[in-house]
Amino acid sequence: MDVVQLKRQLIAFTELLYREGFLDEQFNQLQQLQDENNPNFVAEVVTLFFEDAERILNELANNLDQQSVDFKKVDAHVHQLKGSSSSIGAQRIQRVCIIFRTVCNEKNVEGCLKCLQQLKHEYALMKSKLETLFNLEQQILAAGGPPSI
Amino acid sequence: MVLQRTFARYAERTAFERPLTSGVAYAVRVLHSEREQFEKHQGWTIKRMDILEQKPVHKDDYEPEALEPSPVQEEYAPVIFAQDTVSHVISLDLLSGKEDRDNVLRARASGKGVLTAPFRLIKTNRLGVILTFAVYKMDLPSNATPNERIQATAGYIGGIFHIQSLVEKLLQQLASKQTIDVTVLDTTNQSYPISMYDSSSNTSDNDLSYVSMLNFGDPLRKHEMHCRFKEKAPWPLLEMATSTGILVIALLLGHIFHATMIRIAKVEDDCRKMMELKKRAEAADVAKSQFLATVSHEIRTPMNGVLGMLQMLMDTDLDVTQQDYVRTAQESGKALVSLINEVLDQAKIESGKLELEAVQFDLRATLDDVLSLFSGKSQEKGVELGVYVSDRVPKILIGDPGRFRQIITNLMGNSIKFTDRGHVFVTVHLIEEVMDSIDVETESSPQNTLSGFPVPKRRLSWSKFRSFSQEVPICPSVSLISDPINLIVSVEDTGEGIPLEAQSRIFTPFVQVGPSISRTHGGTGIGLSISKYLVGLMNGEIGFVSIPQVGSTFTFTAVFNNGHSNLGEFGGPQINTQSILSTSEFHGMTALLVDPRPVRAKLSRYHVQRLGICVEVVPDLTYGSWSVLNCGMVKIDMILMEEELWDDSSSSLPIFLNHLRDNDPGAVPKLFLLTNSVSSSRTSNGTTTAIPSKPAVITKPLRASMIATSLRRVMGFRNRTDLRNGETSRLALRNLLQGRKILVVDDNDVNLKVAAGALKKYGADVVCENSGSKAISLLKPPHQFDACFMDIQMPVIDGFEATKRIREAERSFSGEYGRGNGSQDGKAVNCHVPILAMTADVIQATHEECIQCGMDGYVSKPFEAEQLYREVSQFFASQTN
Repeated sequence: MDVVQLKRQLIAFTELLYREGFLDEQFNQLQQLQDENNPNFVAEVVTLFFEDAERILNELANNLDQQSVDFKKVDAHVHQLKGSSSSIGAQRIQRVCIIFRTVCNEKNVEGCLKCLQQLKHEYALMKSKLETLFNLEQQILAAGGPPSI
Repeated sequence: MVLQRTFARYAERTAFERPLTSGVAYAVRVLHSEREQFEKHQGWTIKRMDILEQKPVHKDDYEPEALEPSPVQEEYAPVIFAQDTVSHVISLDLLSGKEDRDNVLRARASGKGVLTAPFRLIKTNRLGVILTFAVYKMDLPSNATPNERIQATAGYIGGIFHIQSLVEKLLQQLASKQTIDVTVLDTTNQSYPISMYDSSSNTSDNDLSYVSMLNFGDPLRKHEMHCRFKEKAPWPLLEMATSTGILVIALLLGHIFHATMIRIAKVEDDCRKMMELKKRAEAADVAKSQFLATVSHEIRTPMNGVLGMLQMLMDTDLDVTQQDYVRTAQESGKALVSLINEVLDQAKIESGKLELEAVQFDLRATLDDVLSLFSGKSQEKGVELGVYVSDRVPKILIGDPGRFRQIITNLMGNSIKFTDRGHVFVTVHLIEEVMDSIDVETESSPQNTLSGFPVPKRRLSWSKFRSFSQEVPICPSVSLISDPINLIVSVEDTGEGIPLEAQSRIFTPFVQVGPSISRTHGGTGIGLSISKYLVGLMNGEIGFVSIPQVGSTFTFTAVFNNGHSNLGEFGGPQINTQSILSTSEFHGMTALLVDPRPVRAKLSRYHVQRLGICVEVVPDLTYGSWSVLNCGMVKIDMILMEEELWDDSSSSLPIFLNHLRDNDPGAVPKLFLLTNSVSSSRTSNGTTTAIPSKPAVITKPLRASMIATSLRRVMGFRNRTDLRNGETSRLALRNLLQGRKILVVDDNDVNLKVAAGALKKYGADVVCENSGSKAISLLKPPHQFDACFMDIQMPVIDGFEATKRIREAERSFSGEYGRGNGSQDGKAVNCHVPILAMTADVIQATHEECIQCGMDGYVSKPFEAEQLYREVSQFFASQTN
């Protein structure tokens, strides 16, 4: 595929991510922070986010698996994830986090488990989408195109 | 429970099984303690019977309401069901009648059928006997004691026999009434035989009479039948024949009575069996629902995993065939999940476990979401899809957005599924609006619809709504709702419609229009019944109108609470302020909408106006149309045009643009085409030439957010270059932050990285730390930092605490420094390192807290250039000066 086609694909895909609410304005801002001094900024942040999110999801699963759930801990983890997801503009994850926190405040274990399930789901989606996005960018680079944005 | 009507019908239908009874009735055993509740439940009081017996009233005078209520008794036996022929006995207490009382008491103690002595029946005043059976709550062993039987008594079944008509019937059958006189006597009391039937007028000698005993099945009562000839003694042969005949009569009578009693006992037994079966069936039903709920839930969880993995697989490097496999698997999985969800809902409904939430939500945003869901499908089919919400519907409502979404999704899903041309149009109004105006009706006249295809008269879809036909408050039962918003939502399509014969059963679960539907379109046919139930939970009603080959319109009402009346009271998720923020950039702009079709123009205008853009509508771009707009006065920032007009207007558009330029040389409005399908979409690039050859395209369905994205893409260019505001603050920030050493503290690595990235972008030298304690040690004076950005919510030592300790350290340091070196003011000032809080929630209280604990200000996370500049300039500017 030539660069033009790839770029078009990238734009269409990014647009889709915005339209389907996976990403919000913050991701755009993040991309603007990337420059020649910091060429891999977005990828680095996002990778960090993946690591962070996976750790939190594991912690959450452990916490919610206990006989008596420590809701304070759960809330702290969700808060953390909410913060990092809003930092990269992963607004669907952020939204689930907001709901998660309200459910957590109600000390509703079943609700928490449901939210966790949803978080995992949203996270998996987000991850695959972003990976696709980065793949496209890499392909553009490999095909000799200019670095995006 | 059995109803009187059911009982009467049943008794009537089975009357042939009891040929000689003139009626059956059922009375229940009521203890005095239960009387009040019983009477309340039945809606009448228990009446006494004895007064009636003492002074029998004439047939026509009989007035059940006038009867006296029964006096206080230990227990009662009021009749609750009766065959229609004897329905006048309902509510009478059998225990208050002399004969009946004996009967009832004996019947229940013995467990056998019991006959009364003949007496004058109420109302008819004819002589009769009553056969009574006791009905027990449980099966009793045959050797049960009378006491046990009394305890177990649930009620009594009584059969009423008119002796006169009974014997007459029999005699008629034997055709010998003319020659024989028959007398039936109750001889239980030997000295006072009671005459039950006497066909002869004169009581003559008994010599020639034939006496036979009758057995009616009650061993305590003895009946005799006396027969004698009316005429003189006939021939002996005849006499013999006659006596044989009489014998036959006696036998027949006895047999019939006996058979009747057996019948009644059997019916009673059957009834008990039925009750038992019904109970078991109900229990099984509940168990089934619970099973479904559990299993569905258990299936759903792993299915989500499967789907997630498939999605990830989809995004890996697959060849075309593999992609096709994965897509198919995904589609199947999605179908399965939605089926499971529906079954789960149905099960919840059946077990009564479905409850609604009450959280704040933005109805318009919810509808936009649903619209996005169907946008692919509608574009693929070339069906125009639109949502219109009346301005009078409040922005924030309180209710269950998920369930509302479910109803809408279901109705829209059906509409899209069955519509191949034309449109699917969702409208939301207040009920008051619809009731007040005929505006809505005129809209749906053919030709003036969203796509120009005719639709059924929308009004018909709610013609059966109760709340519309009566002038009653719409939700009298909902006390929870303080400020009710009554919505009426219609989903209109121009699809194939519902066949007339199927229209009556579309709300029945698992029933589809026809067997072929599920084959061609899939689905379980459960959605509409769930929707109907959900609408019910929202205190609403649902109805539809459908004309085959024209289309269907489904309309439902729902009651929500107004979200503005008590903001913040509900702890639901915060309303996304993003949309409000993002719209503000278009605020005050003016758009010219070119659309000849009023309904569609109204829809487009609604969405564009949501962005704060002022909209002028013209049917076309001919001079006559736009000249009335006073274009010179209003600066037009953009032109939105329906795609179908594009080819026609190529001649009039340049004239119009020239006219605009004459008035305001700087103004070049952006041109957008509103298009329906992706296939025809032109490449979307903003253009600056006067006659745009390639206008930007906005693909329907229109949604505020999507329009905003498109506008931003095209207009944004100009914003960034023309409007210097954002750029200046960015440049200024760079000037301020260049070379500054800044410490960023956040326990969240991602946030840390992003914040650091933003500050680096402006030339700052950034050091990152992830805990309050490290910040304290790093900021222990003397140090090299020019400023610190600190997250507030951190484990162990939060931002407030860390700042307090840093300030303490600074104070003690400047104290020492001051003592050691005399008073050198300039140095002491430098000790105060500016600390800015980074916070996600910008609430006043937090701000005050920031200042209180010694912080210098706060910035919201994620960073916004302007705000960052405002805050940073405060202290950096003062420092440099």
